[in-house]
Amino acid sequence: MTAPAIAPLQVANVGKVFGRHRALAGVSTSMNAGEITAILGPNGAGKSTLLAIVSTLQAPTSGAVRWGDVELRRGSPERAALGYVGHEPGLYLDLGALANLTLFAALYGVADGAARAAALLERVGLGGAPAHAPVRTFSRGMLQRLGLARALVHDPSILLFDEPSAALDPAGVTWLGTELQRERDKGRVVVLVTHDLEAAAVLAEHVVILRRGRVVRDERRPQPWGAATLRAAYEESCRG
Amino acid sequence: MADRAPLPGFWAQAFRIAGKDLAIEWRSREILATSAFLAVIVVLVFSFAFVVGGVAPPPTVVAGILWVAILISGVVGLGRTFDRERDGDAIRALLLSPVPRAAIYAGKLLATIALMVGVEAAVAVLVTVFFNARVGENLGRLAALLLLGTVGFATVGSVFSAALLRARSRDVLLSTLLYPIVVPLLIAGARGTANLLDPSPDYDAAAFWTQFMVAVDVIFLVVGAWAFEPIVSGD
Repeated sequence: MTAPAIAPLQVANVGKVFGRHRALAGVSTSMNAGEITAILGPNGAGKSTLLAIVSTLQAPTSGAVRWGDVELRRGSPERAALGYVGHEPGLYLDLGALANLTLFAALYGVADGAARAAALLERVGLGGAPAHAPVRTFSRGMLQRLGLARALVHDPSILLFDEPSAALDPAGVTWLGTELQRERDKGRVVVLVTHDLEAAAVLAEHVVILRRGRVVRDERRPQPWGAATLRAAYEESCRG
Repeated sequence: MADRAPLPGFWAQAFRIAGKDLAIEWRSREILATSAFLAVIVVLVFSFAFVVGGVAPPPTVVAGILWVAILISGVVGLGRTFDRERDGDAIRALLLSPVPRAAIYAGKLLATIALMVGVEAAVAVLVTVFFNARVGENLGRLAALLLLGTVGFATVGSVFSAALLRARSRDVLLSTLLYPIVVPLLIAGARGTANLLDPSPDYDAAAFWTQFMVAVDVIFLVVGAWAFEPIVSGD
């Protein structure tokens, strides 16, 4: 990736209405490359809806998401630059690890997908795992590692994480944090939706706090925030 | 950085998705086993009910049995094919990939048709054996009828299965929604099959029902391809 890889992701006045429920209203922010953006907020604040819109899985009712000069939409080819890791691994549980990765590599048009898949398995620490056993037999932590490998298989410029550490043990959470930092240091746009203030405080330079579908805080700091600072900012933003 | 080749074409992606479904089935044989088991049970029960004193029922009844067996086993296969997309939230990863929704639909359709055809072959053999049906005499025409019925059933069934992906009681809902819609196919298939199984086959009538099924399939395919994207995207 060249120029587009460093373009920021712009969320411009995005709104989303489900029936009579307004999930998001006038949400605007920008997410820069080489930076981890944490999207925080209480349950029902609209975090996952915002991520679904950014990922192009859902269309906004109003507003737009732009990457560089391009509007990210379901049909736009630039959506191939997105990688997504959710709390579920996004894998076919009856296929093996290698088969899953080569399948997604093929769907994304990755040249030499098998080699890429094997390299990623090594990278996420699953090189020694049985390559052909159904991933249904994997532990939660192994599945999440494989889910990250799946998200990276096409070398995306934008990485979206939706509660990725849910149900991971402390070692898994630490590993995941290291991976997020590694991807940030590669110059990708990294967006993390989480309830875990401790993790966000350590990782994120950019914090967006949502409440009832609106941005109540959007602030950058040159270094990660630190737990006490972020908790105070969060509680202040969500009060009232 | 991973080298990016040009994105595969529509049909390459559709066949890749179908191949994935068939590879999963090859490993588990879950759909084929359960669908075939159900079909065998249906044929067996009807054979006990209708074969009296070694005399097979008339072709109209045999045709009905054949299509009921296919319908019941088909719903089971359809539901499970889409369950595999829901497990592990694989469908989200698939929808996020640059594969057109229509190619996903085509892929799921191809896999469902392939699996159903496998079960239908077994059912046709059973019907031949248990009811002494003259399947072999008009095998080509019967195969065409069965294939058309399968295509129509899978076309509309895949759309409903996708719509019910996250619904509770989706197995019950799938049957409830699907059966009334595929009734025209079922009637046409049963009537056409009966015409062909008769000792004096009525080829004109069979051709009429075949053409009717082609028309229904075309309508189902157009509507299915149009409806799949908004349904699977939750718009």
